[in-house]
Amino acid sequence: MSAAEPVSRTGVEGVARRPRARVSPRFLLSELRLMVGRRRNQAGLLVLAAVPAFIAISVKTTLSQPGADAPDFFRSITQNGLFVSLAALTIELALFLPLAVAVVAGDSVAGEANIGTLRYLLTVPVTRGRLLVVKFAGIVVGAFVATFVVATTGVVMGLVLFGGGAMTTLSGTQISFTAGLLRVLAAVVYLSCGLAALGAVGLFFSTLTEQPIGAMVTTVVFSTTSYILDSIPQVSWLHPYLITHHWLDFGDLLRDPVAWNNIVAGLGLALGYAAVFLAAAWSRFSVKDVTS
Amino acid sequence: MTDLAVRSRGLTKRFGSQTVVDAIDLAVPTGAVYGFLGPNGSGKTTTIRMLLGLVVPSGGGVELFGAAMPAGAASVLPAVGSLVEGPAFHPYLSGRRNLLRLDAADRTADPRSAGTRVAAALDRVGLLAAADKRYRAYSLGMRQRLAIAAALLTPKDLLVLDEPTNGLDPQGTREVRQLVGSLADDGTTVLVSSHLLSEVDQMCTHVGIMHVGRLVAQGSSAELRDQGTVEATVETEEPAQAARVMAELGLTEIHTTRTAATGVIGGIAAEKVVAACVHAGVPVVGFRVARPTLEDVFVSLTGEGFDVSG
Repeated sequence: MSAAEPVSRTGVEGVARRPRARVSPRFLLSELRLMVGRRRNQAGLLVLAAVPAFIAISVKTTLSQPGADAPDFFRSITQNGLFVSLAALTIELALFLPLAVAVVAGDSVAGEANIGTLRYLLTVPVTRGRLLVVKFAGIVVGAFVATFVVATTGVVMGLVLFGGGAMTTLSGTQISFTAGLLRVLAAVVYLSCGLAALGAVGLFFSTLTEQPIGAMVTTVVFSTTSYILDSIPQVSWLHPYLITHHWLDFGDLLRDPVAWNNIVAGLGLALGYAAVFLAAAWSRFSVKDVTS
Repeated sequence: MTDLAVRSRGLTKRFGSQTVVDAIDLAVPTGAVYGFLGPNGSGKTTTIRMLLGLVVPSGGGVELFGAAMPAGAASVLPAVGSLVEGPAFHPYLSGRRNLLRLDAADRTADPRSAGTRVAAALDRVGLLAAADKRYRAYSLGMRQRLAIAAALLTPKDLLVLDEPTNGLDPQGTREVRQLVGSLADDGTTVLVSSHLLSEVDQMCTHVGIMHVGRLVAQGSSAELRDQGTVEATVETEEPAQAARVMAELGLTEIHTTRTAATGVIGGIAAEKVVAACVHAGVPVVGFRVARPTLEDVFVSLTGEGFDVSG
């Protein structure tokens, strides 16, 4: 049985008449729209925003002011509303923010594989490299949005309940309100970079499985393990390499002058984690058999 | 080279120690409607996944329009529409939104015409009325239609449809068959896999038959049928007499019933059988020539019923 004769037909021109591929933001926009439209993500943002609101209201309505043993930012809340956002960021960095990033990152590839849409995206075609780039871009945007929502809610609630004005830095000096706001913004950007690095880890886990929950849990376990190891002095040699090690150093942005050492180290670490885990995701996903 | 829309050589896939697809040489001529037949589990879907670059072959290779896969995926797949192993969409998005998402992912699609192309594709599969319902509210048949619509968002040179009529009612099955026919008339090559012989029998110009990971037969439908045995039956009151005439003519494997004689006709012209019988005085009441169905061909090739899984 050799190949049969080609059927003679007109209008068959092979692939020559395909229009040229364009670089366009359509797929990324569609991805963001999908993320924003998910009830789960909307509910998550509400929870993230509830924390600074709760902090502001509870400090305002409690007769006793935060004592001397309260964390740095809490003591300053009554002096300047901007500190509500910094206090909220500190609190949420322990679980809520990493969890938010883990949910989005864990779902990125595994979620599409789970419901089978991955095979249809790949045959559109979306090349595997492009898919990873768009998914990671979505995760990065997600990390920024999550952090930004916490900070913005904190700033608004803080200003409403405690007022603004000049800000006292952690070093005790005074800076203008605008400068203070910029420092908060810098903290948001810094933390978003750290969380985006965790997102790269989550993206890698997401390429390993068709179960998004599994990838999400693994990502949270990863960041939590990092916190735990960071608190064990016996493995201090490991501390500089832990993904969470420099996260809380965002407070250094509120010193005067800014203590850049740890900030730069934190950004470098985030970059390193992102590079390593994106490469791992690529090496895994580029040759993976998609059988979902 | 490019007179073949799909060509594979020694295409093989092993999962662990199991060989799922075993050195198959597919040849789908451009413009053909190629029926890719085989029982469930015979390796059809894995083969299709390799054609589309979803699964990397363990051995051999496959080309679409002369471009090797999966390396050529980015250049050749925009011209290929596919339906692989059932529909899959985001459950909480409407049918329309799902199609817009796929269109957004296609760099060769014109964003300005996205809305009209999506509506046209939905209309073509009869889903326009349900376009804005959430996908999760769709019935299985509607989901299958949406998946077909997704394959038709832009003009395609090749459609790869894996079990396209799964879950469709008889009306929907007929519509899909008509759709495939009209697409083929426009010059689109269609590769349609099925475990239903009758479906392929009705719409395909070419057929490939898979069995336990091997391509056991391939060719035009007519070629395949000619491999089977054509039988001539003479209905008569005198079957013994008819059998004698048929034997003289050279028919083989002749057997008789009370009212008919049947023999394998081989290379003998059918009309000669009637003429010879009449000439010999056999009272011929009826005459028919039974060409083998694809099922007969399949059974003769594999020695098994079609529903047996490989």
